[in-house]
Amino acid sequence: MLTAEVKPASTGTKKTLKVKRYKPSEDPKNTYLTDEKGLWAWMTTVDHKKIGLMYLGSVTFFFLVGGILALLLRTELLTPAKTFIEADTYNQFFTLHGAIMVFFVLIPSIPAALGNFVLPMQLGAKDVAFPRLNLASFYIYVIGAIFTFIALANNGLDTGWTFYTPYSTQSSSSVIWVTIGVFILGFSSILTGTNFIATIHKLRAPGITWGKLPLNLWALYATSIIQVLATPVLAITVLLLTMERALGIGIFDPALGGDPVLFQHFFWFYSHPAVYIMAVPAFGIISEVITTFSKKHIFGYWAIALSSLAIAFIGFLVWGHHMFTSGQSAVATTVFSFLTFLVGIPTGIKVLNWVATLYKGSIEMKTPMIYVFSFLFIFSIGGFTGIMLGTLSADIHLHDTYYVVAHFHYVMMGGTLISFLAGLHYWWPKMTGKMYNEFQAKVGAALIFIGFNTTFLPQFIMGSQGMPRRYYNYIDQFTIFHQTSTIGSYILGVGFLLIAYYLAKSLKSGEKAGSNPWGSRGLEWQTTSPPDFHNFDHTPVVINGPYDYHRPMEEFQLGLANEDKDH
Amino acid sequence: MANHSTSHPTHVHHHFVDSDQQFDTAKLGMWVFLVNEILFFGGLFCAYIIYRAWYPELFQMAALELNTFWGAVNTVVLIGSSLTVAMAIRSAQKDQMKGLKINLLITIGLALVFMVIKGFEYAHKFELGIFPGEYYTYEGIDHPQAAIFFSIYYMLTGVHAVHVLIGIGLIYWIYLRAKKGEFSSEYYTPVEITGLYWHLVDLIWIFLFPLLYLIE
Amino acid sequence: MGSLFDFMLPELESPLTGASTDAVMAFIHIVSFIILAGVTIALIYFAIKYKRKSEDDETPLITHNNKLEITWSVIPLLLVFIVFGWGYKGWLNLQTPPDNAYEIHVSAYKWGWTFSYENGAQIGNEVHVPAGRPVKLVMQSQDVLHSFFVPDYRIKQDVLPNRYTTVWFQAEEEGESQVFCTEYCGTSHSDMLATVVAHTQEDFEAWLDEQNTGGGGTPVERGESLVSIQGCVTCHSVDGSQKIGPSFQGLFGREETMTNGTTLTADENYIRESILNPSAKIVEGYQNQMVSYEGRLSDDDISDIIEYIKTLED
Repeated sequence: MLTAEVKPASTGTKKTLKVKRYKPSEDPKNTYLTDEKGLWAWMTTVDHKKIGLMYLGSVTFFFLVGGILALLLRTELLTPAKTFIEADTYNQFFTLHGAIMVFFVLIPSIPAALGNFVLPMQLGAKDVAFPRLNLASFYIYVIGAIFTFIALANNGLDTGWTFYTPYSTQSSSSVIWVTIGVFILGFSSILTGTNFIATIHKLRAPGITWGKLPLNLWALYATSIIQVLATPVLAITVLLLTMERALGIGIFDPALGGDPVLFQHFFWFYSHPAVYIMAVPAFGIISEVITTFSKKHIFGYWAIALSSLAIAFIGFLVWGHHMFTSGQSAVATTVFSFLTFLVGIPTGIKVLNWVATLYKGSIEMKTPMIYVFSFLFIFSIGGFTGIMLGTLSADIHLHDTYYVVAHFHYVMMGGTLISFLAGLHYWWPKMTGKMYNEFQAKVGAALIFIGFNTTFLPQFIMGSQGMPRRYYNYIDQFTIFHQTSTIGSYILGVGFLLIAYYLAKSLKSGEKAGSNPWGSRGLEWQTTSPPDFHNFDHTPVVINGPYDYHRPMEEFQLGLANEDKDH
Repeated sequence: MANHSTSHPTHVHHHFVDSDQQFDTAKLGMWVFLVNEILFFGGLFCAYIIYRAWYPELFQMAALELNTFWGAVNTVVLIGSSLTVAMAIRSAQKDQMKGLKINLLITIGLALVFMVIKGFEYAHKFELGIFPGEYYTYEGIDHPQAAIFFSIYYMLTGVHAVHVLIGIGLIYWIYLRAKKGEFSSEYYTPVEITGLYWHLVDLIWIFLFPLLYLIE
Repeated sequence: MGSLFDFMLPELESPLTGASTDAVMAFIHIVSFIILAGVTIALIYFAIKYKRKSEDDETPLITHNNKLEITWSVIPLLLVFIVFGWGYKGWLNLQTPPDNAYEIHVSAYKWGWTFSYENGAQIGNEVHVPAGRPVKLVMQSQDVLHSFFVPDYRIKQDVLPNRYTTVWFQAEEEGESQVFCTEYCGTSHSDMLATVVAHTQEDFEAWLDEQNTGGGGTPVERGESLVSIQGCVTCHSVDGSQKIGPSFQGLFGREETMTNGTTLTADENYIRESILNPSAKIVEGYQNQMVSYEGRLSDDDISDIIEYIKTLED
């Protein structure tokens, strides 16, 4: 019998526990997928893993809708004048593309879909703190989505996803349906964040101290803080906008004595931190994947963990950098520019830490790792162009041009979506118990990388040459850039189709994955693939850090000895 | 959730180790949610502060239209309800189920009194033509932005009133569960966290009252 | 490198406002390229050098290195301070128009620009300026937010409905530069273009003297200039081509079918109503898009426009 001296999260005092090794079965009989079957069981489940998968399905669906809109937009932009749709249709498409991708895809993608699945497992917990609340969050998300679709069927939306007043108070499209949808959706995000914070604080398995928390959880923790603090302000902003349209309360409408710049302050107070709701969870995935596939301890654990928190807090103080040309006060502009640079530093530190982690590692270029490499390249460009846009004089020239469009796609698509793909490929065997075709996956990753850069690199150039964003027609000199960009978007489309194809195929005919196909030290890998309803059939006990690759695997598979078997 | 181990009391959900852990977790979750609520109202307070800084004279004029007496009564009523909710929790801790139920009922009663007074205040304003936004027709305040003050007033008090209504619903639900005998000194988590919520509703009103009614 | 930046940016026509911007952009680009190249090379080098040899590879335990981490925190910090100061200086310059600047008033609307000069001259979607002299634009919007952007001058400023905003530049040589609206404003946002035409001082003065300063000319001439200044032509063609709204060509006396199924013949009163209360009657096949010109056009202006439309026969 072994013993381990650990600090359980619930009491906080050190004690010695009797532990023994639990080697996960490679051929599990009962898994969460076989546990409760049928549509009704899925729809009423409180299992965080199933809820995660339901989010994954919804996010995929919305990504498909948003992606098709993107391809239609790019197709329209093949020629300087009308190609095949009208200006109003184009305006609706880019609005919906933005709103769907931000609110329905990127924000829930990593925290609500992948986070829900792995967070309790990485903590050695049986579920999140409030499982029924978790299910409620999902349905709130669905209701928010239904409202948005009502708007789609009913005049659409043409304000841009930013809803700037007074255009949004005058527009003849159905702004109210969408603002109500976003209002409802916000609560889904808030409740998920609340749930995660309580879970991370209170449901850690014995031995998981803050210093042994996987970096993915530090990232989700920082994200949850932003969700809880920023989202209510979005809620109140869209509520005020709804009232503005319904009752004409006049707070944002200059025709009634209000101020449109005030709306921008309100909007960006949420929507800038929202960028970090999207980006910070990505950092978590990168840390997990890069250590697993280089079999090495992360370089600068605390630097990475704390920089997530630093980003979360400084991220609240930089919203005004979206408004350098808006007519806000000069002092505000100066301060916002300065703080913007400060938030760039912790992000830069992370990138260098990840690169340093590779040094003297044992690097295996599996698909998730390829995505991490793509991420590091693309996200760096996103970061540098962010510095460019934080620079006051340069931003005056570049604001609201395609340079900005390219920049935020490099951050949000290149950062969040590519790391989402890294995480999806990384945890896919754990979720499904099946392996996808590695060769096809590598081709998919290559198509995404090539397609992405072909789409968005030309947008930097035409942006700095002066091509404004949200333009249906454009002047002839930009044609070649637009056409290149459109070709790139088609490559991206093919890449995503391929990914959908081999992932779907793996469900039917994929090879058995085994409990830990990547040889990771992470706690979520020390159970069966797929896990059973309770994640572990024992209470895990943790004595090593999650990246202690110098310790033998046995030490990562400990659990409380002589425990009630059916616990 | 058929896998409850025998060592678990029935109120402890399967994913918690013990009752204490469940209690702490629920309480932390509620605190986090309250922080979110404060930010939610914070947005409205922000709009209030900005417009007050822009049009200080408007706020002084318009505050005179609000009935300070009934506002003060409502403040007392809500503080009283906070007290009774605290007493309800105390009763639960001491296993006094009767006291728990009575205090919950008094809290609901006080909350209803608050809503009725609020209703009269609204009705009086509507009679004068003080409606929110573009429906505003009152001519007693000579200021171009007068309607915006009352828009902010209606938003702040309206969102607060919605919180009071939700609170009434929650406390009634707790009351029903208390009637079924679900609570004891061993398990009163829902009473405690609903109480936390109710204190916040009270606290927000304590800010709203001077900010709207007592502007000099 | 130089040619690459030329490729990235349009030729600079107003060095007084744009030189600092171009310099700081070049600096950021160069530093970024160097760091990005370093990161990329390190990634590729590590991936090859430390490729996994076997499943039992042992890796050294390197948890952190304070010296290294402080170095790569402090150096970027210093770099961004430089960039911040540089950008701030350039921006301050953009915020402070020289005292001797020539002032032009700008009115933005859905979807066009009207430029007004001190002598009362007005012109739509074209602003003529003297070269070699600072020009300051005082701007206001008549409806939603717009933004005035001239890439050649590296200037941009939002135009708001409830306050004035200003922007300045100094075109050094004669020539034309493109103006874009860069704040999304609806259907024809992307057609809300204008041109800056820089003349020599003498040419500019000559041009200004020639301008119709209001009141002159025949009603038809005044109507024609109003249709251009007020931006009617952004949505209504005068040559029969399809735009957002019905073409003015052949409009007068034409029989139109409305969205509610009624038909009417376009006469003076119909045109007047359509200008002052555009949503009252919508021609079939078109959207309710236009804003009212109540308060922006006098009765005489409307009469002049109607006279002009009458001359546009099929």
